[in-house]
Amino acid sequence: MTFDEIRHKLKYKTVGIAGCGGLGSNCAIALARVGIGALTIADFDLIIENNLNRQYFFYDQIGQLKVFALKKNIQMVNPRVKVRAFDIRLCQSDIIEIYRTCDVIVEAFDKPEMKQMIIETVLNHMPDKHLVVGVGMAGWGDNNLIHTRRSDRLTICGDEKKEVSEQLPPLAPRVGIVANMQANAVLEILLGVNE
Amino acid sequence: MKILLNNREETFPVDSLTIVDLLEAKKFSFKMLVIKINGQLVKKGEYETAIVHDGDNVLVLHLISGG
Repeated sequence: MTFDEIRHKLKYKTVGIAGCGGLGSNCAIALARVGIGALTIADFDLIIENNLNRQYFFYDQIGQLKVFALKKNIQMVNPRVKVRAFDIRLCQSDIIEIYRTCDVIVEAFDKPEMKQMIIETVLNHMPDKHLVVGVGMAGWGDNNLIHTRRSDRLTICGDEKKEVSEQLPPLAPRVGIVANMQANAVLEILLGVNE
Repeated sequence: MKILLNNREETFPVDSLTIVDLLEAKKFSFKMLVIKINGQLVKKGEYETAIVHDGDNVLVLHLISGG
């Protein structure tokens, strides 16, 4: 497929991203670049300086709500992307309502309880939706531990091992790899397997 | 019993296992797991009663902080 053909296919697709931090912001930008038609993004959090070590925000955005700063950044990369932005802390019923019209959903939370909640919500209440989750991306190096595996409509990207902690912080390179793997998995779902 | 566990073939010297037994046998921790048997989500309250049989396809996903 040429880029024009790809762009033509993607412009009718909507991707939902739950969380606008390290995974969510980087995944959203990658999808915006390739010409996704629409993005639905949600996050309640504010940008702090340390976030800039991995999240797709800029120094002058510190203090702003992530979801609206990300919408602006998406639009600066590709003004054709339609963005629906929700500044809320997602719960099960929000997820069902907000991501109802999405073709694929990307999980981009930091807390494991939230990851579990969205996986259960989608598997139990939205079983036709593909869900791409990110698990394990802390630290640096160890590129070869990062992988993607699938189980029915659930795709898992990450090393499934390195948990974020004070001694093992998340950093742009590794987080970016997992976020881009998620975006790449989304493309595979939307465009089919690249022969 | 031969099953697919996280896409790898594994053999156990029994006819069947509960999820609790499987987790113990593989030394998987209890916190924050997502478990599916043949595409069906297993709720946490069902780990003692849900049974894995020969030929089953099992997913065990350990959720950790970060994202």
